[in-house]
Amino acid sequence: MGEILLPLLILSPLAASLVVFVSAGRLSACAVGTLACTGVGMSAVISVILSVMLLSGPATGTLQVMLWPWIHIAGFSADIAFMLDRISVVMILVVTIVGLLIHIYAVSYMHDDPGIARFFGSMTLFIASMLVLVLASDLLCLFIGWEGVGLCSYLLIGFWYDTPANTAAARKAFYMTRMGDAALLCGLLLLATAAGSLHIGTVLAAVANGQVALSAVNMAALFILIGALAKSAQIPFQTWLPDAMAGPTPTSALIHAATMVTAGVYLIARLHDLFVMAVPVMALMAVLGALTLLMGACTALVQSDLKRILAWSTISQLGYMFLALGCGAWQAALFHLMTHAFFKALLFLTAGAVIVRTHHEQDIFRLGGLRHAMPGLAAAFITGASALAGVPLVTAGFYSKEMILSGVWAAHFRLTHEWTLSGHVLWGIGLLGAFLSALYIFRCVFIVFFGKSGTTATGRTSRLMTIPLSCLCVLSLCGGIIEMPMTFPPLHLFSALLDPTLPPSHADEPGWLVLVGAIVPLAGLGVAWVLWGRPSPIMREIPGQAAVIRFARTGGGMDVVYDHLFVQPFRFLTWLTRHDILDHAITGTGRLTQAVSTSVLRSRTGFLDILTLGGRRGIRSADHLLGQIHNGRVRWYAAWIVGGLCAGLAMAVLA
Amino acid sequence: MSPLPALVLLPIMGGGLAWLTERIQLHTATTSPPSRNASWWMMLATLIVETLLLAGITFGHPTRTGPWLEHFSMPWIPTMGIAVRLDLDGLSLSLIWLSLILCFLCACLATRQVTVKSGAFYFLFLMTLTGIIGTFVATDLFLFFFFWELMLVPMFVLIAVWGHEDRQRAALKFFMFTQGSGLLMLLSILGLVITHDRETGVLTFDYFALAQTPLSPTLSMLLMLGFFIAFAVKLPVVPVHVWLPDAHTQAPTAASVLLAGILLKTGGYGMIRFNVMLFPDAAIHFAPIAMGLGVVGVLYGAWLSCAQNDIKRLIAYSSISHMGFVVLGIFTGSRLGMQGAIIQMLAHGLSAGALFLIAGAIQDRLHTRDMHRIGGLWAAMPRLSASGLFFAVASLGMPGLGNFTGEFLVLLATWPVSPAIATLTTVGLVLAAIYALRMVNRVFLAAPRVDPLLLKDLPARQTAVFACVMIFLVVLGLYPQPFMIFSGPSPLSVTATTSREDHAP
Repeated sequence: MGEILLPLLILSPLAASLVVFVSAGRLSACAVGTLACTGVGMSAVISVILSVMLLSGPATGTLQVMLWPWIHIAGFSADIAFMLDRISVVMILVVTIVGLLIHIYAVSYMHDDPGIARFFGSMTLFIASMLVLVLASDLLCLFIGWEGVGLCSYLLIGFWYDTPANTAAARKAFYMTRMGDAALLCGLLLLATAAGSLHIGTVLAAVANGQVALSAVNMAALFILIGALAKSAQIPFQTWLPDAMAGPTPTSALIHAATMVTAGVYLIARLHDLFVMAVPVMALMAVLGALTLLMGACTALVQSDLKRILAWSTISQLGYMFLALGCGAWQAALFHLMTHAFFKALLFLTAGAVIVRTHHEQDIFRLGGLRHAMPGLAAAFITGASALAGVPLVTAGFYSKEMILSGVWAAHFRLTHEWTLSGHVLWGIGLLGAFLSALYIFRCVFIVFFGKSGTTATGRTSRLMTIPLSCLCVLSLCGGIIEMPMTFPPLHLFSALLDPTLPPSHADEPGWLVLVGAIVPLAGLGVAWVLWGRPSPIMREIPGQAAVIRFARTGGGMDVVYDHLFVQPFRFLTWLTRHDILDHAITGTGRLTQAVSTSVLRSRTGFLDILTLGGRRGIRSADHLLGQIHNGRVRWYAAWIVGGLCAGLAMAVLA
Repeated sequence: MSPLPALVLLPIMGGGLAWLTERIQLHTATTSPPSRNASWWMMLATLIVETLLLAGITFGHPTRTGPWLEHFSMPWIPTMGIAVRLDLDGLSLSLIWLSLILCFLCACLATRQVTVKSGAFYFLFLMTLTGIIGTFVATDLFLFFFFWELMLVPMFVLIAVWGHEDRQRAALKFFMFTQGSGLLMLLSILGLVITHDRETGVLTFDYFALAQTPLSPTLSMLLMLGFFIAFAVKLPVVPVHVWLPDAHTQAPTAASVLLAGILLKTGGYGMIRFNVMLFPDAAIHFAPIAMGLGVVGVLYGAWLSCAQNDIKRLIAYSSISHMGFVVLGIFTGSRLGMQGAIIQMLAHGLSAGALFLIAGAIQDRLHTRDMHRIGGLWAAMPRLSASGLFFAVASLGMPGLGNFTGEFLVLLATWPVSPAIATLTTVGLVLAAIYALRMVNRVFLAAPRVDPLLLKDLPARQTAVFACVMIFLVVLGLYPQPFMIFSGPSPLSVTATTSREDHAP
């Protein structure tokens, strides 16, 4: 039965997408929304059934479905094949359930948009591609989904294409992820050459039994890491994600918060056994993750656009996941991926609802005091914010962040024999990031929902939007208690879900770690309240004049740097070479030949001209002379004869 | 009786009939409007009969006894050892199928716009098709050369008469380049024949006999270079590509499709059939240079494509980029690379052909090819724009579509030879994203800029035709295995392919 359900899981949103695209313009907005929700809803139901089937089975059981061979040739084979194991169970549940909630929300959010068919077509296509990505058991099949989600992201960011800025943001996102994709492709080529197959199991086995040289493993890991960094908007590719907020808010929630940007995390978790062999790459990943999480949090702290705050916060939270992956705590990364999907989707959807009701006002300083106008949304946003900040015990974010921090604490990297990098430093950065997360998100909460009122809010949030929000609220609060920190009661459902055979690791961490991890978010909350929350707040607005703030607001100026370093030179060079140089060269050669031959021709004809002209003149004058001799007068002839005779005689005598 | 001569001769005869039909109609009924349609129907009928014939050949061999599907041989000029020798293998067959599919596309979508002397247009169009099919099946080198030149002349006339504003120069450029390089090939053919005559005492132009000619390495390299230059011009490989952007841009839509879709493939076909298979050792020695040229082609074409504002020119440069992959794949020296090159040729034929058709449809409506002036078409022409988006995405190498399959296999074959070259080539994929999406965001998904009254969307039937091409590309992208088995070139020089098969990764 699973063999039928698994393809059906992907097929149902795909079919919905095809129907919506093909019947574009003929179906009503309501019908389109219903169709899309049905497609995603069916796959949500199927994924629940499949999860129950798999989890009730043996601990190491997987569900393998080989649909058809992609290519079988001597020395290389790849298949269109899917596999459901315990990692993909987590992913399909997140993708389909969060996806379904966002789709339901979007039906109401997008109901009056003329391009609703294009919107839902792309959204359901995205769900299908994402499911291909997380279910693929072959890296080539995974790559199909990997690029497919990128394409849908491009289509949805540039959804309102009338504004050039939106399409530019869409292209930017696609180009930057495409660079990563090219690197990922190189990694795949390397692995395919070394292992002779792209089947994940085969590749990992080949790596494990030493069939692949260590340098090749390192290179492959590096290539794959670059691909993952680009997809997940980590340093140095972070600049595309804030711009991607140009898309409709459900898109931001689904693609740029909950699912697609976490594809990199998923890929590395999936290939964890390969990365374990590549210690330098792991260290690099951890360091980049730590840097990204700090940088994202700092930038989020000074943004004034509601959606951009959330975007930078996503980058920062993804940094956490990469930190965890780099430290080898991939279960923690997946756990955080799941809780992050809940609370970030919640935050984005609430923000979307707020923005709609305040006439598309996104500047948090013009919003304000909305707690009275929309208490429900305020509660939802505060729930999401608490989960993001990791308010202890009651929110999901606390548990996942705790798991990451304890994993980071235990990590250490033996880069060389002398030089080891301890996880304690990274742990410190992670803790600082937790403090900053609480600070920036509650800054946003206090400015938007407390204080004196700014924009007037109108209308009310429709039922279709509130239902998904309340579901996500529940998930953000309770989604975390399935995995307790080590010092708490031994409840480790998530770890057990991922790998039931393995006993819980690093049980020797000091108890104060959890305490610190619990206090720090609260401290951040308190500071935020002091700065922005009290009735007479210390800082209503951060002075925008300060150069450091302006610098930080643009994300550390990376956009400008890239613009000057890559985009402008590229534009200039392509502009310079817009006319084919080789064409010019060859046409020029042709012209030159023509000119030379013309001149040769000219000079030759000139020479002949002179020659013939001169000859003609000479002949004419000779002719004239001879003509004068033959003048018909007898006296002259007699004189010539006498003269000739005299000359002849003279010559004869003298000789 | 082998159906091959009929396969070759049918288009040209049908074309002649189409021309005659138009002349007769013109003389008898000067005012009747269906006069143009009659010759068009004649062309369509020719294509249908041709397709049936081809389908008969394809499916008439339930069990493939040998690698070659069909043979035909008849003496032509016995004293010179020249014969009419036609042979068909999987490679030829798949390329002929591609040609016919594209001709149908042209017939349905592009040729109705030809109003001036349409009968002659159809005749020349089908004559080109004869030349192409002949090129794909001829196994007598003299006959091959004959067909090679035959497809050139009608194409020259098509561009020079029915083309756009700068057609004379473009046609002349096209003719000069291909004709000049064709003469080099003739020299090589004669050199090979004379050498064979001197070594064995048999004067023959037969491909299979000539393949056995013992050659010194230098001579072999020289002769191979003669062939290579001819095919490189046709494909085109970068330094000799300059005829292509002009010819593609100035040609009428149907001719652009033929040029991009099939004529370029004769270059790739020739490289496989004649360079690599006739001169395997020389090809191996030459491979580093050829692969270098391939990479340069990929990057250079994509780079220039990023800077174009003329939509047809943009597609033309992207073709150069894609053909770079073909050269790269053919000269990796592995079967995998060659298969990748073949898949790339098929997929590129479909995607670039469809893009040229879309560009032609836009030009028919707006009378401009300048992307700055076209503006967003999505709102007014969703069907055409969606097709354009699909084919643009296909040509940027989206996994799951045919072009990616070809590129991936080529890269996979290149990696063991040189990881550096393969890595460099992937940069071409990033550039491909840049030019393709730049076009999408200028032409389709952008703010509308022109009068929507001018814009009539594609009729449903034409959309259906495009949908068929899309399905082909998806199948080629998701299930290339049957094509891999089906379209491989027959191992003529058995030693050449089997010995190198182990090199596959």
